[in-house]
Amino acid sequence: MSGVLVVMEQRGGNWNRMSFEALAAGQQLAAKLGVECSAVVMGEAVGSLASELGSKKLAKIITVEHALLKTYTSDAYVAALEQVAKQASPAYVIFPHTYQVRDFAPALATRFHSVLISDVIAMHDGPVFVRQLLQGKLNADYRQTGAGPCFVSIQAGTFRADAVEAGTSAIEAFAPSLDAAQIRNKPGELFRESAQTVDLSAAPAIVSVGRGIGEQENIALVEELAKALGAELAASRPICDNGWLPMERQVGSSGQTVAPKLYLAVGISGAIQHLVGMKGSKTVIAINKDENAPIFEVADYGVVGDLFEVVPALTKAVLAAKG
Amino acid sequence: MKILVAIKQVPERDAQVHVASDGKWIDESDLNYTINEPDAYALEEALQLKEKNGGEVVVVCAGPERVTSTLREALAKGADRAIHIEADDMGSRDTLGVAQILADAMKSESPDLILTGLQSDDLGLGQTGVVMAELLGIPHATIIMHVEATGSGLKVKRELEDGWFQHVEMPLPALLTIQSGGNKLRYATLMGIKKAKTKETKTVQAAAATAPAIALDRVYLPEKQKKTEMLTGTPDQVAAKIVEKLKFEVRVI
Repeated sequence: MSGVLVVMEQRGGNWNRMSFEALAAGQQLAAKLGVECSAVVMGEAVGSLASELGSKKLAKIITVEHALLKTYTSDAYVAALEQVAKQASPAYVIFPHTYQVRDFAPALATRFHSVLISDVIAMHDGPVFVRQLLQGKLNADYRQTGAGPCFVSIQAGTFRADAVEAGTSAIEAFAPSLDAAQIRNKPGELFRESAQTVDLSAAPAIVSVGRGIGEQENIALVEELAKALGAELAASRPICDNGWLPMERQVGSSGQTVAPKLYLAVGISGAIQHLVGMKGSKTVIAINKDENAPIFEVADYGVVGDLFEVVPALTKAVLAAKG
Repeated sequence: MKILVAIKQVPERDAQVHVASDGKWIDESDLNYTINEPDAYALEEALQLKEKNGGEVVVVCAGPERVTSTLREALAKGADRAIHIEADDMGSRDTLGVAQILADAMKSESPDLILTGLQSDDLGLGQTGVVMAELLGIPHATIIMHVEATGSGLKVKRELEDGWFQHVEMPLPALLTIQSGGNKLRYATLMGIKKAKTKETKTVQAAAATAPAIALDRVYLPEKQKKTEMLTGTPDQVAAKIVEKLKFEVRVI
């Protein structure tokens, strides 16, 4: 068992861009360990995607093509990757931490009596894999102790896609043995709920509200601040889950990804699922009563205090400044 | 339909956590515990499915004696029975180990459907459900917003990235991991709390822990990614300082 194998994700011939961040992670891990890095790409026909990888520094690109891999199902993906991993025998299998990976990678790891180290935000010598606990309040170092392989998924934005090393690579086809009878789920087409009417990604300033607001009627406080600033109003997931603001105003991994000039976070603790949606913002200001809230890790300016006092004062000051 | 719901007891969300002296976990002495929020949504989905289609809802939780309070709460909300898998060494079991003791307790119940939250608020590995399905040899679907019973199986609505969704049809028995926000959570009524006292909680012993495949070596406060300038003072003073930054540095005023 040796080497690093990166599982690339594609849908309908288009890459999930997080795959290249995982590829960069895989290359860096392989370099550290002094072993080879390879990549695997699966689907019905993945020839052109595989040749795109030909210019990357990889020992080999394994193509896994089968009609039953055209549309994603956990059953087909687990069966195919189990066969690939048994033949290639990697010591490390690296995934991008996508919704699809969350759906099948834990089952794949189980087949090898292993456990996926999921949602990794850093790698250190050892190798030690760092992930967050308690919605980002703490970090934790994880290590493989079983026989392996070691399965790891990489959180968005942890590695840079443009850090993927160029080089040459050879394509190797792997023919999986799959049977339609193995596939128990029938997936339907992807759809969106309704046309999105709010495009937060274009907003230069966003005021975003989280769980700290407490009650639905308090949202008006934050809405007034957003209005005073001429900013869009956004929210973290719990606010939209409660139906206090529409889902289309949600920022984070299941909502929109934004990078405004100003992101003002009010009563948002800063779970990783929220941070991945806003950490590209130019300036982040956070108001939170908990000085240890993870939002302060990405904030340029922080206020530890009661939002019910600070927000009205700020609205008043903004309106006064605007004259 | 017989529905099993796997729930976890976790520290309350706004708990002040401190790293334990051995640096391997948090100090548990002053913590208050509650049901893992995604698991509360899984329970709610189970109760609504029962109300629509009939059947039974059984809640299952692994952990020390203290988790029985979370099971009692679930009974008060409307679950019919509870199974407590007694284990004082949860920290030495990895995801596979935990999924194994849950699957062991569930197997003899022969459920039609198993529900659980998509991830836990404490460890957040997001895998126990999928691993249980694999151990039990039943199909699964993850990050589910809505569940509908069809004649022979289920039609579920799965959440994907960036506001996309997908319907998936699947046979029973099956396992689903439930996303938060699909339903509105109910509170336990006084009547429910009273009734819960007469409901059955079965206690089973967890099998001895086996060697884990992964280990948590160390927990610690995260390092800051940015240098944060903290603004202090009275609310008015803080507001004035923010306005200054907004005017001269961020330039949005």
